[in-house]
Amino acid sequence: MAEGDHAEAQIELEVFRFRPDDHPEPHFDRYQVPSRHDWVVLDALNHVKNEVDATLSFRWSCRMGVCGSCGMMVNGKPVLTCATFLEKFLPGPIRVEPLDNFPVVRDLIIEMNDFMRKLQMVKPWIIRKQEKPLAEGEYLQTPAQLAEYKQYSMCINCMICYAACPVYGLEPAFIGPAAIALAQRYNLDNRDQGKTERLRILSQEEGIWACTLVEECSAVCPKGVDPAGAIQRYKVTGATEWWKSILMPRSNG
Amino acid sequence: MIEGTANQNPRYTKYHPKWHRAKIPIFWWIHKLPHIRFIARELTSVAVALYACILLFQILAVADGPEAYARFLAWLKTPFSVFLHAVAFLFVLFHSITWFNLAPKALVVSLGNKRVPPVAIVALNYAAWLILSLAISWILLK
Repeated sequence: MAEGDHAEAQIELEVFRFRPDDHPEPHFDRYQVPSRHDWVVLDALNHVKNEVDATLSFRWSCRMGVCGSCGMMVNGKPVLTCATFLEKFLPGPIRVEPLDNFPVVRDLIIEMNDFMRKLQMVKPWIIRKQEKPLAEGEYLQTPAQLAEYKQYSMCINCMICYAACPVYGLEPAFIGPAAIALAQRYNLDNRDQGKTERLRILSQEEGIWACTLVEECSAVCPKGVDPAGAIQRYKVTGATEWWKSILMPRSNG
Repeated sequence: MIEGTANQNPRYTKYHPKWHRAKIPIFWWIHKLPHIRFIARELTSVAVALYACILLFQILAVADGPEAYARFLAWLKTPFSVFLHAVAFLFVLFHSITWFNLAPKALVVSLGNKRVPPVAIVALNYAAWLILSLAISWILLK
């Protein structure tokens, strides 16, 4: 397929293709791409799109691990394709598929509305019972208070943890790793006062209690967020709040 | 059902019959080592349940009088029971150790401005396990 300009080392890509208007069933297309030591899988896909087969569809934007758009399964593992070098897979072939556990719209593009809905559901923003007037200035925070939640704020919504989570695959109602980690990002922020509102969402069966601690979400996270840790921590909070509601039904947490 | 609940049949999306949804096979967990380890840990809870059942049967035997209890003790000494206990013990040990090692994930404790290191949390769990085991064996064996 690919005509190299010169005798450059090549590596084979096996790319998942799904174009429902042409073929009802998905299949794999093979492409030879230059195996350059500074190329990532995303570079190879862009090479295919520009030089070989313009019908190939995939998402990408920043190509530097910040936007979270280019998550795909590479040889069965969910990764950011902008941060995964071709060299790692020599001599090839490299199998590129859309993220597991999501419906596929076309080729490598998954449908993410379910995640977006769940993300909104956990209210990932600072909730104040009463906003203080602008004249009083900003809400100040010490480095120690920032450190409490900073790790969870590194999440870029790439959904790689959802692709790695067998619970989400088997029980799609599960709120899922990133959304719960982001809820914790705000729960642990000293400026936030929305813990009780989030508790009602997170302590459902489809919330933290669906998690069986496979820990793959944390293993694959490209940003070191540790969603599994966030969920287990919240299980302690959820259980404590439940006991409080039983023992002290009149207090409003 | 409470507001904002996640349960709205997420397998079905109106007006989108053309999306491809991969099916998850029953043996989805056989391909990756972390998944196999996870399933193994889950299965060890069967041994934990087995221990609990044996304890319940023991209490029933006590309630049924000295003869029933003697019969129960005789059953405990059979090779089958000894084998069952040996296997269950290994599983429960694996279960307990992995459980204790995961404790710092759930327990994040701060003393003043300093976070208690995860190793200390694990160590405290093991210490509590040891002390309780010693206390119980002291009560049983004295």
